[in-house]
Amino acid sequence: MRPLLALLMLVWLALPAVAVNPDEMLSDPALEARARAISEGLRCLVCQNQSIDDSDADLAHELRVIVRERLTAGDTDAEVTQYLVDRYGEFVLLKPVLAPHTVILWVAAPAILIIGGIVLVIVARRRRGVVTEAALTADEQKALDEL
Amino acid sequence: MSIELGHFALILAVAIAAVSAVAGLAGWNRSERIALLMRQGAILQFLLVAAAFGALIQAFVTSDFSLKLAYEHSHSLQPLLFKITSVWGNHEGSMVLWIMILVLMGAAVSVFGRNLPRQLLTLVLAMQSLLVAAFGGFTLFTSNPFLRLSPAPIEGQELNPILQDIGLAIHPPLLYTGYVGFSVCFSFAIAALISGRIDAAWARWVRPWTLLSWCFLTLGIAMGSYWAYYELGWGGWWFWDPVENASFMPWLAGTALLHSALVMEKRNALKIWTIFLAIITFSLSLLGTFMVRSGILTSVHSFASDPTRGLVILVLLALFIGGAFALFAFRAPALRAGGLFAPISREGALILNNLFLATAAAAVLTGTLYPLLLEATTGKTISVGAPFFSLTFGAIMAPLLVVLPFGPFMAWKRGDLIAVTQRLAGAAGAAVFAAVLIVALTGGSISLAPLGLLLGFWVAFGAIAELVDRAGFGRMGIGQSVRRLVGLPRTSFSTALAHFGVGMSVIGIVAATAWQAELVTTMQPGESQTIGDHMVTLNGVDNLQGENFAAETGRFTVAGSGGTRQMMPERRVYEASGMPTTEAAIETYGFSQLYLQLGEASADGGRVVRVWYKPYVTLIWLGAVAMALAGFLSLTDRRLRVGAPRRVTAQAAAAE
Repeated sequence: MRPLLALLMLVWLALPAVAVNPDEMLSDPALEARARAISEGLRCLVCQNQSIDDSDADLAHELRVIVRERLTAGDTDAEVTQYLVDRYGEFVLLKPVLAPHTVILWVAAPAILIIGGIVLVIVARRRRGVVTEAALTADEQKALDEL
Repeated sequence: MSIELGHFALILAVAIAAVSAVAGLAGWNRSERIALLMRQGAILQFLLVAAAFGALIQAFVTSDFSLKLAYEHSHSLQPLLFKITSVWGNHEGSMVLWIMILVLMGAAVSVFGRNLPRQLLTLVLAMQSLLVAAFGGFTLFTSNPFLRLSPAPIEGQELNPILQDIGLAIHPPLLYTGYVGFSVCFSFAIAALISGRIDAAWARWVRPWTLLSWCFLTLGIAMGSYWAYYELGWGGWWFWDPVENASFMPWLAGTALLHSALVMEKRNALKIWTIFLAIITFSLSLLGTFMVRSGILTSVHSFASDPTRGLVILVLLALFIGGAFALFAFRAPALRAGGLFAPISREGALILNNLFLATAAAAVLTGTLYPLLLEATTGKTISVGAPFFSLTFGAIMAPLLVVLPFGPFMAWKRGDLIAVTQRLAGAAGAAVFAAVLIVALTGGSISLAPLGLLLGFWVAFGAIAELVDRAGFGRMGIGQSVRRLVGLPRTSFSTALAHFGVGMSVIGIVAATAWQAELVTTMQPGESQTIGDHMVTLNGVDNLQGENFAAETGRFTVAGSGGTRQMMPERRVYEASGMPTTEAAIETYGFSQLYLQLGEASADGGRVVRVWYKPYVTLIWLGAVAMALAGFLSLTDRRLRVGAPRRVTAQAAAAE
């Protein structure tokens, strides 16, 4: 499942829109690329729904610098993110963690799709024998209506 | 004086609307003559609101700052166009625009609905009037645009500089026409529920309104996206911002409605679901217009800037949406469906389309509202941003795109999946070939993006394949095929064009995301740097004076395969507000664009410069334009126009 999700993310990800400044950027391209990837997932807390990678705000600048400092100090990507979550709370994550309080958020869409699909299959099965018949029973009619 | 007249006209329009609504809802089945009254009332409402709107425009154009609204949102130095657009560049004025379009729709129903059954027409116009009364009343009581200031200030504050753009002249009217157009579908749905009459003819009457609204909404969203792209200065075109989501949800639901109304019109099936979608679509349009204004969506932390206004909005939304669904739950079981079909059929394919689109709308709705609900119930604050939406929305859309080309090939009632697959084999082969070719030519090291590209080509080629197949190319002589192609109904072309547009947008999204090049650097005057095939040279920075702003203009020369071009990005400071903006310079090469932004001055006399090369980025919006054009094309189809005489017969039969 994970490679598929990664693919879809890549396909649909909004463009990496940048307010990053040349003087912030790290000289090591690999490290800088990691910093950019992390930044895209972090919210600029004082902005309207912008990642720190998109924002001109001073706070976004500070967070970008912190991300790069932690990376230079040898933190993994997960450690950098955790470092910021510890200080700013979950609000800083643009992609919420999967936890008890976010289960509904993550499960809602797949659940609707699956339940909708099951309902359709049931209705279709019920009607399989019906297509050739002229009349419907009341129950079948109802199922049809509910479609 | 004209302002007071305008104010009075709006009050009168709301009063007439209230009377119309009550009279229509109370008397729709008592008298045939009430329909005439309703039609005249709708036209009167339109004329009065137009007068009110005209009075506002006149005050803004003449910079009459005794009008509080003009003082707060306009300035005498603004160019004429922006003085006019300032009217709706704020909450109060945009409410008047919204109501203006609402009464325009009502008047249009009144004029074009002569052939509708009288009772249906009365109910539809009564519902439209109810909306005018409610939201017009809301405007007058909580957001009155006609308030005066005394003494009148000598100069106005200014329209937010970001809004001083041609985009404000185009985007809101298009978007609102889309939103408000769905009110007609909503009113038709409510009328059907109240009267208990719903049949294929109903779907035929609703379909043009659905199409029209959908076209405008499509254009409005695309225009908004392009506006954000060039104006906000960092080259993003979709941010999954609550405001954007608010416009996207009715689009998804409206797209589903468009397809399910097709099933109902052709096969008299899916009636209840279509009614449900019509209600949902307009409900989401209402959410789109008003949740943002109530103040609870724009920021999780600042609840309603004006608590009364926010509360009234929520009450109105609850009444309309809740009332509609209550009526639906109460009356829907009384409606009987017809039209049988096998699971593998055109109907089945359209149901699948509806399942995925409805789920997508639900996913966006969940993501948008969940943080609010969580904070209200547990006090926990979380963010739901682009990474979440990209993941969930992408996961729902990908399978829809896979099955999309099969739909138009399916026969009604009972389709043959194997035969359809055989007829699509050519399109599939061509899509694989195109995707492989592009990846081979561009290096192919970019992880899994080629699959996204493949999906885009599959949808686009599948749309062409449908036309080719219908015309019979390959099965008969070229001349005969061409004649058949020309003779195809316009709806065949519009289906193919719309689906081709979807493919274009997908290709644009994937290409611009995966193959984008970026250059963030500091440049000295005279210095050159390269990005991809292009060499960017900073010649210098000039100071210029605009009509109501001071600007620093960078003079750049860009040399590359597309020839040598001059680019002039700006950094502006607006005089009245002191607000800075950046104006990016954009050069288009074929379908691709070079996007150049001038940054701050650096300490050593250089300039921060940000350049992006966005391959095929324009396909994103051109695809949307193709979809909208397809919708307009479908509106001109003969079958929609010649329906009229039959309506009268149907009505005569229904009147028994």
